[in-house]
This record gives sequence, structure tokens and C-alpha cells, in this order.
Amino acid sequence: MTDAAQSSDVLVAYDGTPLKQQLAKTTRRMKFRALLLTMPLVLFIIVSFVLPIGDMLFRSLHNPTGSNVAPNFAEAIQKWDGEDYPSDDIIKIFVEDLATARKNREVGKTVGNLATRVNYEIPGSRSLFTKTARRAGKITEGPYLDALIKIDKKWENKNVWVTLKRVTRDYTLSFYLAATDRKYDENESIVRADELYRIYLPILWKTIWLSALITFLCFIIAYPVAYLLSTLPLRTSNLLMILVLLPFWTSLLVRTSAWIAMLQKEGILNNVFVYLGFIGDEHRIQMIYNATGTVISMVHILLPFMILPLYSVMKTIPPSYMRAAKSMGASNFLAFRRVYFPQTIPGIAAGVLLVFILAIGYYITPALVGGNDGLLISNLIANHIQRTLNWSLGAALGTILLVVVLVLYWIYNKLVGVDNLKFG
Amino acid sequence: MSTRSAGSDDSYVRFENVQKSYDGEVLVVKDLNLDIRKGEFVTMLGPSGSGKTTCLMMLAGFEPATHGEIFLNNRPINAVPPNKRGIGMVFQNYALFPHMTVAENLAFPLQVRGMSKFEQEDRVKRVLEMVELPQMGGRRPAQLSGGQQQRVAVARALVFEPDLVLMDEPLGALDKQLREQMQYEIKHIHENLGVTVVYVTHDQTEALTMSDRVAVFEDGVIQQLSSPQALYEDPQNSFVAQFIGENNKLNGTVERVTKDICDVKLDNGSMVKAQKVNVSGKGDRTTLSLRPERVELDPPKSHKNVIEGRIEELIYLGDHIRVRMNVAGNDEFIVKVRNRSDRKPLAEGETKTIGWASEDCKALDLVA
Ligand SMILES: Nc1ncnc2c1ncn2[C@@H]1O[C@H](COP(=O)(O)OP(=O)(O)OP(=O)(O)O)[C@@H](O)[C@H]1O
Ligand SMILES: [Mg+2]
Repeated sequence: MTDAAQSSDVLVAYDGTPLKQQLAKTTRRMKFRALLLTMPLVLFIIVSFVLPIGDMLFRSLHNPTGSNVAPNFAEAIQKWDGEDYPSDDIIKIFVEDLATARKNREVGKTVGNLATRVNYEIPGSRSLFTKTARRAGKITEGPYLDALIKIDKKWENKNVWVTLKRVTRDYTLSFYLAATDRKYDENESIVRADELYRIYLPILWKTIWLSALITFLCFIIAYPVAYLLSTLPLRTSNLLMILVLLPFWTSLLVRTSAWIAMLQKEGILNNVFVYLGFIGDEHRIQMIYNATGTVISMVHILLPFMILPLYSVMKTIPPSYMRAAKSMGASNFLAFRRVYFPQTIPGIAAGVLLVFILAIGYYITPALVGGNDGLLISNLIANHIQRTLNWSLGAALGTILLVVVLVLYWIYNKLVGVDNLKFG
Repeated sequence: MSTRSAGSDDSYVRFENVQKSYDGEVLVVKDLNLDIRKGEFVTMLGPSGSGKTTCLMMLAGFEPATHGEIFLNNRPINAVPPNKRGIGMVFQNYALFPHMTVAENLAFPLQVRGMSKFEQEDRVKRVLEMVELPQMGGRRPAQLSGGQQQRVAVARALVFEPDLVLMDEPLGALDKQLREQMQYEIKHIHENLGVTVVYVTHDQTEALTMSDRVAVFEDGVIQQLSSPQALYEDPQNSFVAQFIGENNKLNGTVERVTKDICDVKLDNGSMVKAQKVNVSGKGDRTTLSLRPERVELDPPKSHKNVIEGRIEELIYLGDHIRVRMNVAGNDEFIVKVRNRSDRKPLAEGETKTIGWASEDCKALDLVA
């Protein structure tokens, strides 16, 4: 660098304005134009990605069902300190709110909505609310608690009231607790859910473990293929590359169905095994509608995502490196391990990341061939969004999945370094 | 030094009737016979695609010979894998491992040989000093200039002290000045260490300045193998005469042969004398080869070979003047005139006599 560039006095343009300012002025228009070009994409990303994710995060924490159905009670119960039972005034308001909700039958503000919401926290409590609401109009004088207990013994259970106080608050962590197999007990402290209801964490772990397995299998299969592709003459390698990409040209559904035909108990593979005498007719192997089916078909589907980055990196490694290593006395294996393999790490890193992230959120294939045992976390999320309509729980599960991916990505970045990635 | 002793015991590398074909249709190397003595610096020179790299690859063991046998130290090595041959190699693109530092690159062949850490460090340090890069051990190859990378590549080929080093156009990517400096350094290292070097280039100046002997390749055949001086002064055929240095061609027919001098009738009818090199006898068509600096303008009458030519163009080059003439129908005939103060003025379009000594004019095979 010259002295002029290092010295503190500012370079000025002809008219005396600082050069930097002048430069910024002239480039501003260009920058603005460049920005305009990216606008369609930016808008698209905001609408299709940022907003939905934001909405998901919000929904996982915000559920106003309680205050919608029983607005007055929602406000009143918060004054209860959790000792004994709520005062009779508060219970009176509850009874009135129930009666109003039953009368109005507004969408999203019915007694049924409240019942469902409480049912998430106390399984099997649905009927308590519908039954009580039907008779709420007939209760005219106190003590209201006794009147309720007369309708159903369950009102004696203090936990019902604690839960009601909780679900009538708009912001809640309950869905995250549910998503991690935890719940509040009657003292509002967090405990593990009952044995029977612990389903999400095991499936989350299984998803991570199966994704890791799928990624590993993809790597083992893809590495030699990519190596072959990168060393063959261009014409042959192009032909083989088309074969690698062929799965992309057929619909995912068709491919998955083909796997069903291949792997099912009466399927081609089992028939061949029986025919060759590997297994007896009565011992046909169950290879689909379980985790095995999920792994086999997902490895097949995700394989190109591993081959392509590996191939593109291997393509750039000239054969002279291996030759140089050998000329210096290294055996084939040593030359591979010390010289070739380290140079393919950017491709491995990219392929592994790509396949793992795709696998951890995969949905269609496990849904079709996974049976019960091969389901992944995305299938549960879809179930809550589409069937049980417990969107808040679905959103909480989705957020947890997102966080898991980000954490794994962060660890990965620490280990490999993201600037080391080479996708193509 | 320049004469070759075929098949003798002191030959270190020997190619015996080696042929090579990649596709089974074309012979890339045709019947190669070559003897290289220990400590010799032999260069393979030739146009692109003439099979130089292929020869080197066969010697290094990366390509099998289709036919024939290669000997190293009088041992046939066709069946020896490259990593067991103990040959150092400098590749055209250097092939420095990008994921290792310079020191790690240099230590690699030593590690492979199971040398102790201490000895590795010592050797790496010494070899870095030899190529004058003592501070660069910690850098990655990408952080070095082209010339520095090249030196590291040479150092890496030498660090395990092989007796034979192959270099495939190691200076191809460098600019002229750096190339000349590196030529000198490589030559220096060769002389100090006494290793045998087989060098490939298609730069003839490089070949002439560095080598003990040069093998001129064309189309898979060695056209001539001799010292740089013999190559320039006594080309054995027209290809070598034209490939090495500047050369004037005159076509004619042999009229008479007396011992090693023959009389040639040029195509325009003039008679000249030339040294008989690659013609068999009377009646042969021949191409005469004449170096521009051996032709004299306005020679004394005593000269045996005097013919006329017309000056077409004068190019002033400072130390000499290039005179392009039309001589016997060839208007690309170049004469170099030294720029002396007593030089007579020349003018384009003038007709002048030129002359040369008979030994400087070689009668070679005809070039169409
Ligand atoms: N791996 C290969 N497969 C097929 N043909 C090859 C291969 N390598 C070289 N050839 C052919 O062999 C011939 C000689 O090649 P070679 O590389 O030996 O030439 P070269 O003299 O080193 O040329 P250059 O000066 O350009 O490096 C060329 O015609 C080339 O096309
Ligand atoms: Mg070559």
C-alpha cells in the first residue's frame, strides 16, 4: 500500500467533496437498480417463507381459545391465587360465560372449542364441559361450586380449575411442553407426561437417528459412484449422470409405489428370495411399512443430492495429485487417504448437510411406506395440522424441528466450516 | 560426452523397442530406443502431441508400455508399480497438495518412507534452503507465487533423494524472466546433486541451454538424440534442422557426390556445394539447410558457393540486421548481417550476391 492511502487526510474529488462521498453518489443509482432486481425474490421470500415461519412461531405460543369462549371468566380467574378453590363470584362468572357461549354458538367460540383445549391438558375431560354447559342455564343461585359438583363430580378436582386458569391465558408454553412430552401438574410445576403419552421425543430422536443413518448410507453408496463418474471420459460419465438423475424425472409417488411393489411381503424381492431358497415361503421378510422401508426408499430418493456435490468436487481434482503421491512412494490406499480424500471433504460436507436436512423434514415417503414404526416427526406435524387440527401443537413441533436443524447446523459449522462447503 | 553407447552397462535408464498405443489404433510412441547415463540431463523436445509426456508416464509407471521393455539400473521395471520405482517427478501443473502446507508437502514422501519426525524436519529445512524458500514452510501452495510453487515442486521431487527425477514442462506456466532464472536454478541443482534428470519441454532454447543431450521427438519417433551443439550444427534431417533454430531452405537435385560433399543443382539452375548428410546419391531430390548467420552477403570472389538474390525486406534489430531475400525462388531466405560501423548500406529491391562455406550447407531429405 502506498503512503497516501494510509495517511489520514481524505482524498477529495475535483469539486472538493470527499472522494468516498462522490463515489457513493455515483454508485447509489446502480445499487438501487440492483436492489430492484432482487425485489420479486425478496417479496416472494417474505410472503412464502418469513411470514409463514413467523406465524408458526406465534401460533405455537399464542392460543386465545380460552379467552374467546369465556372472556369474563378469563379475566376474573387470573385473580385467584391457586389456594383452595376460586371464589364463588368467579365461578358464577364461569357459569354465565358457559351459558352465553352455548347460546351464541359463534364459530371458534363454542363450548366445544374450550372443551377441546382443556382436553389437550387433561385427556378425557371433554364431556365434562359439554355436559355442564347444557345445564348451566338452569343454575340460578349459589353456591355455584356445589351446583357444578352436583352436575359432575370432576369439578371437585382442583386441577380442573388450575388448568382453566392456565388455558384462559392467551400466551402459553403448554404446547412446547406437550411437544417435549411434559406437562404442568396441579401445582403449576413442569413434570414429565404419563408414560402412555410420551410419543414426541422418541419420534424426534428416531427422526434424527434415521436421518443420520440415511445420510451415512447415501454417503457410502454415493462416494464410489461419484468417483467413477469423475474419472470416466466425459461421454460415458454424461450418460451415467443421466441415470443418476433419472429418479428426478419420475414422480415421487410413482417411485415410492415402485418400492412398495418391490419390497412388500408378496413383492418382487421377497419372491426372488423365496425362489432362490434364501428364505422359506412362510418367513417372508417385512421390508416395507416399517423403518426399513423408510430408510431404503429415502436413501434411493436422496442419493442424487449426495452424488452431485461429490461429483462436482471430485471433477476438479486433477489425477496428477494421486500420481504425484504415488511417485513419492505412497501406496494406492495411502495416496487416497492422505491426498484424495481430504480434498473431497468440501463435497462430502455439502452432500451430508443437504441430505440430512432434507431427510429430517421428509414427509411423503415415510407417510407412504413407513407404517407405524417408520413415521418421522414431520408425519406427526402433518397429522396435527390436517387431522386433529391442534395447530398450536403442530407449530410447536415444527419450531422444535427448526431449532434442532439450526443447532445441528451450528455444530456442523463448528466442525466443518461452512465456507468449506461446495455444492457444485 | 555427446556420443551414445547403445545398450552399454553404464546406461541408467533404457527404453528398448518401446511402443505405446492408447486406443489400439494409433501408435503414440513408435519403437523408442533410448539410453540415459547416470547423472545425465536429457531433455525430450518436440511439438505438442509428439509423445513426450507419454514416454515420461511410462517411465514413471503411470502408463503401461504396449510393447517393449524399460530398464532402470539394468532392471526391467514394467511390472514395478509407480510407488516402488523411487522416481521423483515434477508435474506440469506442479500437483502440490492444496490441503497441506509447503512443509507438509515436502515431508510427505519422507513420512511415506517412515522417516523419524526429527529427520523429516531436518531434510525439509535443508531442501527449502536449497530452493531458497526457507521462510515459506508454513504457507499453503495457494499462497505462493508461480515461481515459488515451481521451486517447491522441484524440492518435493528431490527431498527423498531419488536417483532419477522426471520433469514434465515444469516451467511452462512461468513468464520469460522467471523461466530463465528457474532454468539456471534447476541446472544448478542438477550439477550439485548429480541426479539423473529427464526433462520435457517444447521450448528449444530451454532444451539447448539446460541439457547434456536432447532427444528431438516427432510423431512418436526420436528424430535425433545428441548434444545441443550437434543438434544445431549437424542436424540429421530436415525436421530437426527446421525445429531447432532458424533455418533457410533451398530445394534442388543432387548432381554429383564426392566423399562427403555433393554438388546440388538448385531448382533455378544454379549449382552449389553442400555437405552430404541425408541423401543417398546422384539424382536424389534434396532440401539444403543453411543457418542465417552462416550466410555472407557480398562474399569475396574466392567463395565456392556464390549465388544471387534480391533484397525483399530489411529489419533493423540493433545488434544485427535481418535481410529477407528472394534466393532461387525462395523469398523467405534470411541473412543476418552484423551491425558493424563499416557495414555497406543496403536497400530493398537491390540484387546482391551471397555465399557460404560448403560445410555450413547441409543436404538433407526433401521437404515438400
Ligand atoms: N490418456 C490418453 N488417452 C488417449 N490418448 C492420449 C492420452 N494421452 C495422450 N494421448 C495422445 O497421445 C499423443 C501424445 O500425447 P502426449 O501427451 O505424450 O504428447 P506431448 O508430447 O506430451 O504433447 P504436449 O507437448 O502437448 O504436452 C497425443 O496425440 C494425445 O492425443
Ligand atoms: Mg505433455
